[in-house]
Amino acid sequence: MENGFITAVYVTAAVLFILALGGMSNQESAKRSIWYGIVGMGLAVLATLFSAQVSNYWLVVLMIGGGAAIGAVVARKVEMTGMPQLVAALHSFVGLAAVFIGLNSAYSPPEGLVGAERVIHEWEIIIGVFIGAITFTGSIIAYGKLAGSLDGKPLMLPFRHGLNAAGIVLCLILGFMFAAHYGMWTIILITLIAFAIGAHLVMGIGGADMPVVVSMLNSYSGWAAAATGFLLGNDLLIVTGALVGSSGAILSYIMCRAMNRNFISVILGGFGGTSGPAMDIEGEMVETSAEGVAAALQDAESVVIVPGYGMAVAQAQGSISELIRRLRDAGKNVRFAIHPVAGRLPGHMNVLLAEAKVPYDIVLEMDEINDDFPETDVVMVVGSNDIVNPAAQEDPNSPIAGMPVLEVWKAKQVFISKRGAGTGYSGIENPLFFKENSRMFYGDAKASVDMLLQKLG
Amino acid sequence: MTTIGTPKELSAGENRVAMTPQSAKELQKLGFDCVIQSGAGDAARFSDSEYENAGVKVVKTAAALWKGADVIAKVRPTTTAESKKMRDGQTIISFVYPAENKKLMETAKTAGSTLIAMDMVPRISRAQKMDALSSTANIAGYRAVIEASNSFGRFFTGQVTAAGKVPPAKVLVIGAGVAGLAAIGAAQSMGAIVRAFDVRPEVAEQIESMGAEFLFLDFNESGSGDGGYAAPSSPEFREKQLELFRQQAPEIDIVITTALIPGRDAPKLWLKDMVEAMKPGSVIVDLAAERGGNCDLTKKDEKIETPNGVTIIGYTDLASRMATQASTLYATNVRHMMTDLTPEKDGVIVQNMEDDVIRGSTVAHAREITFPPPPPKIQAIAKAPPKAPEPTKEEIAAKEAAEIQKSGIREILMLACGGLVMLIIGAYAPASFMQHMIVFALACFVGFQVIWNVSHALHTPLMSITNAISGIIVLGALLQIGSSSWIVVILAAISVFIATINIVGGFMVTRRMLAMFQKS
Repeated sequence: MENGFITAVYVTAAVLFILALGGMSNQESAKRSIWYGIVGMGLAVLATLFSAQVSNYWLVVLMIGGGAAIGAVVARKVEMTGMPQLVAALHSFVGLAAVFIGLNSAYSPPEGLVGAERVIHEWEIIIGVFIGAITFTGSIIAYGKLAGSLDGKPLMLPFRHGLNAAGIVLCLILGFMFAAHYGMWTIILITLIAFAIGAHLVMGIGGADMPVVVSMLNSYSGWAAAATGFLLGNDLLIVTGALVGSSGAILSYIMCRAMNRNFISVILGGFGGTSGPAMDIEGEMVETSAEGVAAALQDAESVVIVPGYGMAVAQAQGSISELIRRLRDAGKNVRFAIHPVAGRLPGHMNVLLAEAKVPYDIVLEMDEINDDFPETDVVMVVGSNDIVNPAAQEDPNSPIAGMPVLEVWKAKQVFISKRGAGTGYSGIENPLFFKENSRMFYGDAKASVDMLLQKLG
Repeated sequence: MTTIGTPKELSAGENRVAMTPQSAKELQKLGFDCVIQSGAGDAARFSDSEYENAGVKVVKTAAALWKGADVIAKVRPTTTAESKKMRDGQTIISFVYPAENKKLMETAKTAGSTLIAMDMVPRISRAQKMDALSSTANIAGYRAVIEASNSFGRFFTGQVTAAGKVPPAKVLVIGAGVAGLAAIGAAQSMGAIVRAFDVRPEVAEQIESMGAEFLFLDFNESGSGDGGYAAPSSPEFREKQLELFRQQAPEIDIVITTALIPGRDAPKLWLKDMVEAMKPGSVIVDLAAERGGNCDLTKKDEKIETPNGVTIIGYTDLASRMATQASTLYATNVRHMMTDLTPEKDGVIVQNMEDDVIRGSTVAHAREITFPPPPPKIQAIAKAPPKAPEPTKEEIAAKEAAEIQKSGIREILMLACGGLVMLIIGAYAPASFMQHMIVFALACFVGFQVIWNVSHALHTPLMSITNAISGIIVLGALLQIGSSSWIVVILAAISVFIATINIVGGFMVTRRMLAMFQKS
């Protein structure tokens, strides 16, 4: 098939991809716009299959068939609480593919490249392989942490920043050697070092920073695709890679801003140091029972529920959905307040609540609902901690000082459903629990809500 | 087994009782036996049979009760006659007012009994549940409004009726402690227009949260003392304050004064001329009557009417007038105190003098007077941090302008740097590369513009759809799969395989998620 025709299809596909992402601005248009993405992808793959460079069709059909079947099964089987892991796993695939394509290109370089073109081509390979490899191992580690098969605590090796820096310097040196034609072993070594850097980087980042890590890896997978596009001179790959890359970058930025943290400090891992002794907390934690919470809910006119990662862990979203259905039937104003970094994936809570058939128009963002707390009768905090910590506003010495938080303590009454009296991910005491209008409601989130449902009868 | 007993109150007009059937049940859970003098709860509408049903032993005489009980729980301080019955090792819990009752402490010291003053419970968060002063004040504040409305000849709430328009009553509450706030709440809920004043500016927020208007006094002095109470104010401040009240007097229908300073006579805040300035039919309720009253004309325990028709109520037994409620709350306070005194819940009293709450409220113990207590280790209310001066409008504007300028400069610098890098690359790189670069740069910009509009709720679907379309990398693998080298073919084949998982899996899971988002 002619090159001009393929280019035309690529342009169409690129436009469709942009439309697909643009449609994500609201729920209804998103349902339509995903078809733009699917059609665009179909067109692009078909057109490429007809290009002169492709042969070995039996192998292509086999691989695409097999991949599609596995993809379909995974997509159908995955639990919504398992979304973070799935996303991380899919990132790793893009990374690995980018590494393989780069290595292939290094092994059998296109003919007729001389001078600057050749040097640029070689550096394109290095960059593509490097980013791809980091994405691959980083995503695998992120997958392990999210799935719980790896410890969520940050791994703090001595001189870990030094190790990373040394790895990058080594890669640079090897890169120059590769460009000077020292042979294939240099690029393979770069791959291995990049693998190690990727793994080590994500190992050092704790569980609650995962939203940033996952969006960052999302971004990397895009840049890896873009680098591969440069390598192959394929504009569609470049465009798509850039779209995905910038999307991930914006998500990481939004997540960092929501935690009031610098992107660099998240990537370097651990929580920043404090600038002085934490404020003393006065008061005591007062426990309450399901009866108490049920009575308060029955008396309340407006209720706000603040879900967090604890809800996802306990799989409590179904019970909560039932709870709010009953409360809404009783004529109460029930809403959800979602902090940008609640959960382990940007927008994670929204998806879980949607799965449990909570209508999305009562699920509000932090900025939309923060002013309404003083008029709220009852706030139920289910499995979240740092995102409702008043220390962020009240204690300038707190490690999370300045982080935007949901101001639940301004409500008339706050119930906190929590497994035990411990601290959150950041290890910071939460003065909210000690406030006069706060009551602790200990127990597994799902069991607690189920108990409430019984009491509400 | 330790026995806790409650005698009948001896003071005239005291209707309260320190133990209710409900609190007796809780006390038994702590390992105590409960006894009560026959008829002790009658005035508060708790009959002997109710006590008996709750497992309380009813004894006939006070003498038998004092003899049998190891702990005596009372409301009023023990009278001289009662004090004679005190014995070694006995614990007596009641209001004591130790500053005025030196003799009582002496008696307890000689008798060897422990005297616990419910009015000395320190004001720290942990001790709120046994703060009897607060529960009494709460009732007094509410009752003050009820008494006022009883003597007031009009509605509290404004109404427009067929028989004409009724203006709402205007209520002024002076002193926004527990009693003041309770009065504000009660008057507010009856529909009156409520204004409130307090020397402590930090309570303004509490007043406003109850729905009243805080009368702001423009004076640079805070009247906050230790432990959340008010401190005496300077003469200049006092003048300003009186001036404010003088302005209010002709307008106000009902005045409720609750101003007290610990350990002193009540400050005179509503002077004779203010009373004279008030409209006939107005009511003043003076909750400080016990300490001489906030109003010049208050007569303790009496309701009087001035020549110009202003009623002044100086009752000091407002809590006792609501004996059932007051007893319930007081008995609960006593029960919480007992809970703290029996940490093991085994009926054995541990007089832990290291504990702030127990140390503070114990005024006589082990043949020693332990009053006044040392200051509590925990500050009642944290000192307010000094506030940074509010920036003026000009400062804010200047700051914003500087911000804009700064970000403008940053943008120009970044553009210049980016342009320079491009130029350097362009100087060496071939034209074909630069064309790809254009595509790349534009795509990045389009990406940034498009993604900013994505709703937060859809971030997870956004990630999975970008995941799917980053599977476009399959194109690269497809172009390599026709290679003559078998290594390349194998690696390319694997890439095609995993990239397809990405594409199909990503799109399908995105679709699944989006389908779940339902509008109500």
